[in-house]
Amino acid sequence: MSTDLDTIIKKYKQGKREDLIPILQEIQEYQGFLSEEAIVKTGTFLGLSTTKIYGLATFYDKFRFIPAGKIQIKICQGTSCYLNGSQSIINKIREETGINPGQTTRDGSFSYEIVSCMGGCNNGPVITVNGEFHPHIRAEQLPELLKKLKYVIDND
Amino acid sequence: MEDLKSFLTEKVLLFESDTLASDTEKVLGQVRREKPAHPVVYLSSGTSSLIAGSDRTYKAIENYISENALEAELIRVGCTGPANFEPLVCVHIPGKNKLFFRNITEEKVEPLLNGVFHNDINEEDLAGQTGTKGFELWPGIPFMDEHPFFAKQKRVVLGNCGCYDPESIEEYIARGGYRSYVKVIRHYTYDEVCDIIEKSGLRGRSGGGYLTGLKWKHALNTNANARYLICNAKESDPGAFTDRTILESDPHRLLEGIAIGAYAIGASNAIIFIRSGSDHARSRLQRAIDSAREFGLFGHDIFSSGYNLDIVIKKEPGAFVCGEETALINTLEGKRGMPQLKPPYPTTAGLFGKPTVINNVETLMNVPLIMQNGPEWFRSLGTENSPGTKVFAVAGKGRMSGIVEVEMGTTIRTILEDLANGIKEGKEFKAIQLGGASGSFITNEHLDLSIDFDVLRENGIGMGAGGFVIIDENTCMVDLVRYYMEFIRNESCGKCIPCREGTGRMLEILESVIRKPLNEEAGTTLERFKGVMQLETIASVMKDTSLCGLGQTAPNPFMSALKNFRDEFEEHIFDRKCRANICRGLRSFSIEVEKCTGCTACASKCPVNAIYGTRLQPFFIVEDKCIGCGICFDICKFSAITVK
Repeated sequence: MSTDLDTIIKKYKQGKREDLIPILQEIQEYQGFLSEEAIVKTGTFLGLSTTKIYGLATFYDKFRFIPAGKIQIKICQGTSCYLNGSQSIINKIREETGINPGQTTRDGSFSYEIVSCMGGCNNGPVITVNGEFHPHIRAEQLPELLKKLKYVIDND
Repeated sequence: MEDLKSFLTEKVLLFESDTLASDTEKVLGQVRREKPAHPVVYLSSGTSSLIAGSDRTYKAIENYISENALEAELIRVGCTGPANFEPLVCVHIPGKNKLFFRNITEEKVEPLLNGVFHNDINEEDLAGQTGTKGFELWPGIPFMDEHPFFAKQKRVVLGNCGCYDPESIEEYIARGGYRSYVKVIRHYTYDEVCDIIEKSGLRGRSGGGYLTGLKWKHALNTNANARYLICNAKESDPGAFTDRTILESDPHRLLEGIAIGAYAIGASNAIIFIRSGSDHARSRLQRAIDSAREFGLFGHDIFSSGYNLDIVIKKEPGAFVCGEETALINTLEGKRGMPQLKPPYPTTAGLFGKPTVINNVETLMNVPLIMQNGPEWFRSLGTENSPGTKVFAVAGKGRMSGIVEVEMGTTIRTILEDLANGIKEGKEFKAIQLGGASGSFITNEHLDLSIDFDVLRENGIGMGAGGFVIIDENTCMVDLVRYYMEFIRNESCGKCIPCREGTGRMLEILESVIRKPLNEEAGTTLERFKGVMQLETIASVMKDTSLCGLGQTAPNPFMSALKNFRDEFEEHIFDRKCRANICRGLRSFSIEVEKCTGCTACASKCPVNAIYGTRLQPFFIVEDKCIGCGICFDICKFSAITVK
């Protein structure tokens, strides 16, 4: 793991401040989240203190500091999806998984986040499960969907 | 392939005369698939069609072709526009007009293609035909361009969208692409390009409406050793997806626009700042950049003109405020995306302190066309002060939705009634939300205003970047305003106090308005009234004193909703009623005794155990306990539960 982090960081040869966000983005793409090790390494490489990096990374929504679940759900909360009832989808997922957006369930299976407009406005409410779109989703379909997903990862 | 590349470079891009040799045109016609020798199937592949399942349709068509050993080509094209026709399939049989079919999900593929190849077309799937001279008509099938969705559009910026394979640079060049860029860098000076764009009267399409040519001149006339052009594809307003559709459907024209813009200000670095969710658009754009580089269109000393250009994509790390110019620059510099005081404007001191021009996607899409057709052509479109066209993402409760492009000067009513074809399910029209979370509502009285920067501004409406959300009577305005306020509260960067605290306070007050009345003590009622009285003051202070556009425009939805729907607000505040039955806290449910069978379904699902009764006898709801969640309403099979 640590050698891979090094190779990612080393790609940015010049090591300037403006490389910070791309480095963090690439690490997150690779690890799925920003580990403490990654942040310390990036800080050492760029000559920035870890607090500065945390300060920056927490400012932006897209960075996460705990591993994402095996199943990542994104719920569209654009205006169209909102008008079509995406709030009830969010409530249902919160109820079913017992976590808030950005968190991961204890067994590491689920995490979800709320995003603004995915561009499927006439198919709302839209969610994605590991990148796969589920248009016209209804709150009452969710328990079964989640159960099915859980079954798949448990038997994987 | 290599031959085609050198052919296109020599005979098209570097060809000096405006009209190409006739044998060149012949080859280009083949590249454009004008007269195909075998059937061609086109499938739309933008995000909205992916959501509707176009990937599965693609596989199904592929299977069909290989199973039947057909000599047919299958091509993914960009988004044509009507989102509720997705997945949209177009079949071109040699010698005949193109036929469009709508909503072709995977299971419909086989019957559809069977029908088309055996001249037995299912009318239900049919969207229309498009014709060119010399092709046989399909009798009795309407033309696509006569469809109300297309008839009143003027597709200029979107002209290429849905017509060609966005991953093929050859096809773009065959459609006349990159020629004006090559001409510009070889024969024009920086000033000349700026002049042409200024003369055309092109105004920034992100909502501000500043003259693009003038902006470029500001940057060009600074004394600096490096300049930057940034294409702002951040678009993250909830309900706006125009930029993303353009990126997915016609990435090469955007690149050409960026390249011309960068040349005009003498920049050799251009950056595309793209929104983090649009992975599909990003990969397409990256492929487009790579293939343009292979053609030698970007790089060092391009076509021996002495001009160098490099275009890179930067992914936004997730903050709404990054769309603001100075915040965007901070993000690119690796800092927190917080806005800064202007002046200095980015055109004098922007990225790394160098002059920087930031343009919107749609603005840059217009640039190659202006260079190609001349500023007079552009002036002939639209109105006197707002020439050109405007792209909107029509969404919400209209019968049709999708990406549309209309000439400036078209009325809002035209878009609502002709393009969107009115409101779904015959409901009453309530309002149109123009321009996302910081835009305002347009009601009946303003429907006849024309789309024009100045006309809208005079009426206190911002053009916005392209969000056009149609709202029907079933929507609660108070709830919608609360939704926008919550969005802005979450996205406020926290740098200046009016925005950080103001959005939070406004949200608190709006939430108190829609909270359940039964849990209130005397004090909370008083507080709610006090809060409501302060809403307008807070809004005006935020408008006047916030640092950047985000805070200044944050109260817009509230202000315009209050102006137009005051009665609805008063109903919520005084009568504690929500006429659309959306606000949870203000709903009350009751069970109709005659209809209830006592099946216990509702009682077992009630999260607060507010439903009592004996099995097989009518149940009842204890109002004091009810939280208005509506689960019982959804679950009842006998529609015995009514909502008030």
